[in-house]
Amino acid sequence: MMASMKRSILVALWFVFLTFPLMVVRVNTLKNTVEWRWLNMVWVFVGAFVLHNLWRWALDKRQKSRKKAELEDGAEADLHIGQRLLQEPKLYRPFLLGLAVVALLFPWVLDVYQVNIMVLALIFVVLGLGLNITVGLAGLLDLGYVAFFAVGAYSYALINQHFPALGFWSCLPIGGLIGAFFGIVLGFPILRLRGDYLAIVTLGFGSIAKIVIENWEEFTSGAKGIANIPRPGLFGIDMSIEGATIYTYYLMVLMVLFTIFVTNRLKDSRIGRAWMALREDEIACVAMGVDMARTKLSAYALGAFWAGAVGVMFAARNTYINPNSFTFMESAIVLSIVVLGGMGSIVGVIIAALVLILMPEYLRAFADYRMLVFGAVMVLMMIFRPQGLIANVRKTYAYRRAERGENHG
Amino acid sequence: MADAPRKLLEVRELTMDFGGLRAVDSVTLEVCENEIVALIGPNGAGKTTFFNCVTGIYKPTRGEIMVHPPGGQSRKINGFKPNRVTEMGMARTFQNIRLFQNMTVLENVMIGRHCRTRTSILGAIMRSPGVTREERETIDRAYALLEKVGLVDFADEFAKNLPYGAQRRLEIARAMATDPFLLLLDEPAAGMNPQETRELDELIVRIGKEEGIAILLIEHDMKLVMNISDRIYVMEYGKKIAKGTPQEIRSNPKVIEAYLGEGEEDA
Amino acid sequence: MDYFLELFCSGLTRGSIYALIALGYTMVYGIIQLINFAHGEIYMIGAFVALIVAGVLTIYGFSGFSILILAMLIAMIYAAAYGYTLEKIAYQPLRNAPRLSPLISAIGASLFLQNYVLLAQTPDFLPFPQLVPDFAFMEPIAHIIGSSELVILVTSAISMVALTLLIKYTRMGKAMRATQQDMVMARLVGINVDRVISVTFIIGSVLAAIGGVLVGSYIGQINFYIGFMAGVKAFTAAVLGGIGNIPGAALGGLVLGLAESMAAGYISSAYEDVFAFGVLVLILILRPAGLLGKAVKQKV
Ligand SMILES: Nc1ncnc2c1ncn2[C@@H]1O[C@H](COP(=O)(O)OP(=O)(O)O)[C@@H](O)[C@H]1O
Ligand SMILES: [Mg+2]
Repeated sequence: MMASMKRSILVALWFVFLTFPLMVVRVNTLKNTVEWRWLNMVWVFVGAFVLHNLWRWALDKRQKSRKKAELEDGAEADLHIGQRLLQEPKLYRPFLLGLAVVALLFPWVLDVYQVNIMVLALIFVVLGLGLNITVGLAGLLDLGYVAFFAVGAYSYALINQHFPALGFWSCLPIGGLIGAFFGIVLGFPILRLRGDYLAIVTLGFGSIAKIVIENWEEFTSGAKGIANIPRPGLFGIDMSIEGATIYTYYLMVLMVLFTIFVTNRLKDSRIGRAWMALREDEIACVAMGVDMARTKLSAYALGAFWAGAVGVMFAARNTYINPNSFTFMESAIVLSIVVLGGMGSIVGVIIAALVLILMPEYLRAFADYRMLVFGAVMVLMMIFRPQGLIANVRKTYAYRRAERGENHG
Repeated sequence: MADAPRKLLEVRELTMDFGGLRAVDSVTLEVCENEIVALIGPNGAGKTTFFNCVTGIYKPTRGEIMVHPPGGQSRKINGFKPNRVTEMGMARTFQNIRLFQNMTVLENVMIGRHCRTRTSILGAIMRSPGVTREERETIDRAYALLEKVGLVDFADEFAKNLPYGAQRRLEIARAMATDPFLLLLDEPAAGMNPQETRELDELIVRIGKEEGIAILLIEHDMKLVMNISDRIYVMEYGKKIAKGTPQEIRSNPKVIEAYLGEGEEDA
Repeated sequence: MDYFLELFCSGLTRGSIYALIALGYTMVYGIIQLINFAHGEIYMIGAFVALIVAGVLTIYGFSGFSILILAMLIAMIYAAAYGYTLEKIAYQPLRNAPRLSPLISAIGASLFLQNYVLLAQTPDFLPFPQLVPDFAFMEPIAHIIGSSELVILVTSAISMVALTLLIKYTRMGKAMRATQQDMVMARLVGINVDRVISVTFIIGSVLAAIGGVLVGSYIGQINFYIGFMAGVKAFTAAVLGGIGNIPGAALGGLVLGLAESMAAGYISSAYEDVFAFGVLVLILILRPAGLLGKAVKQKV
């Protein structure tokens, strides 16, 4: 007890030392003044002391649960509450019903501003679900995912400039398809790369995409962006801004439902299994007859498809886009959604997207710390809960003893 | 053995270099229909590397790998990707178990059916009756194989949670799911206790003799090898140093010197 | 001709900075096969600490070389401390995790450190005091190579020689090489692998800090985000040279710096960053082993 106390104090002192120049001192090199913020030192000490104890406790717990898992030899160590909720129809049916009612009534209870934020959150839900295919299911860490989002948004903006006749509804699938096309084109050369290299190359692609958009003025209007992008249309009816926002909201809800439907079906299919096998062990996967190129490209293309399609939505919601909406930061946000939600888990990703996007909007105090917290979340999740908040539950299949075929060989 | 047995796999003068190291040196080997052939040799002899070349994981430096699938066209498969090799009908297991850890046992076997099924992305989304039927067949076949290796009760477990011996059997079931005519097993008994090894022995014989799947087997457990193999090849330092029936191998002085003396002890 | 020489010198300068940072990437990757995504942030923190120290010292009346030396020293100490702590928190608990876990953790750590500096200091660019005085003897060639550039070249050269000697001749250097070859084996023969890893992070961080301080003084301003691009470019340099390979990192840095400088000078500077990314993508696709690396086949 005493020893651990001493240790915590030492660690806290270490962090006081570590953060001293950055947290305590602030110089103004122009006016030649120094600001000393001694109070921060106290905060760091107290914070580090508490966090260190939490950290040790959590590491201990992790150790123990691993040992336990080994001893019990496989028995599902702990079925998370979230998972239990999902597996028991009696529990999740009313839950879903409630959710549906809330989703339907939402725009009528709250004002346009809130609805608009919710639309953004739902856009990130779709982005999360899309990236979940690439990262969560297929295990291809894509750090440039936002590029496909940008491709979709710019497709709509530019098509609208040059061929206004096409309209939102044709652009939605076109945006998705162009996204998927880019996914395949960019995916092709990097098929053979190992996981971490692939991550860095996609980071490169993402950054290149942004720089190109910024600098190719004739085509993309560069940094000043494209304005006057029409909102989604409804048989040419003129809508007020409120009406249009609410309409966009319902469209987004539909899109989320559609995305869930599709990813859910893919997840438990021949295709989804191949993605997961690829994630688990690439060599074993190809040795079992799975075509690596096809499988990787399909995961890439499908992830990119959703980013492209929802990019169209994004452009239509904002009516204005510029390159600054498509930075590495956005890729990182979507990635933390997938990581927090649980790789491969659809429900987890939805919850994570809603939490991570809505929280900074409603807790203004939190907004400044948003990226700081996202960063910490990624580190902590990897260490303490790599399976995410809601671990991916695998489907089980019934055994039909009587009808099994015995003719082979 | 009246007619000359039909060859399935014919490897000629296979050589594999890693930088300066010649891991496999001009090895010639063949496997015929209904045969159980063992490939033995001390650790580091190049057996696994030989497997990796045959199954397309490495591209051999030199040599020729001919495959004669029953009822199919003979082909030279040098440079084929592993999935093409598996599609042709040769499936393998791994010495260092390589299961899909975070998938269920059943799903692991279902992956083996991947190359024998057709469902496309659109198909998976639409779930037409044809797709549902194919999926059902996949499940049934996977269960049948699990039954065969005695893992039905674990079907819904994550593969990583299986005991060691069961993982090895799962690897066999997964490979069998690809409908191979030749099964390549890399040290399937490694790490098993005598009881498990005996069961494995039966399983291999059953696969080989009852289902008519030819087997090429790397194994250190001499008792198992001598028991079940029709023919044995011996490798040392990348080279093939002997081949023959278990009797011939047992009395081959070269082999005794290279391998059996120490091998019998750690088996 | 002068224009070319000027570009050449600025290319060399850039390149040697890339090389300094790249060494950290390469050493860490060589030992634990991790792309230490937060390495650029250590570089940035080094620059910030130096700025703060220099600012305080100036106010308290110090001047000239004493500021440069003190700022550099303290920046190095702090970078080392941050590198060490980063490894202990974000990477050590993930030693046996699947390969992508530490990488995601590294990305998280990078975001965290960036925003930590943003919040603790400022989101804006800060003017960085010029720590290197203009030498009189450089006057005649000042239009080709500035004093800061000279100092950068010399300091990086010294650092790299020192690193080479350290790795070649000290006990720790030997332990590092052994761990790089085979971690399990190294542990078996009694090498304290965790310590080797810590030392590797510390050395890499110190080198990055040197780079950070020199760049800050050379460019004249810094902000919390400078680590990102510098990190990507240095990583490119490491890959270009063959990741895990120490002379490779130096070579890769110089090649990339020169190429970038020439491309910016003769073609266009708008796409300067695309250029680095382009090199990275092409190298990884065409020759992932890099210029000096050997291709290895994964054992199965
Ligand atoms: N990917 C590789 N790169 C370099 N050397 C390898 C590789 N794979 C195997 N080797 C070497 O080839 C030799 C044969 O190994 P292996 O085929 O695994 O032997 P066995 O399976 O008979 O024990 C060993 O010396 C091993 O170190
Ligand atoms: Mg072997």
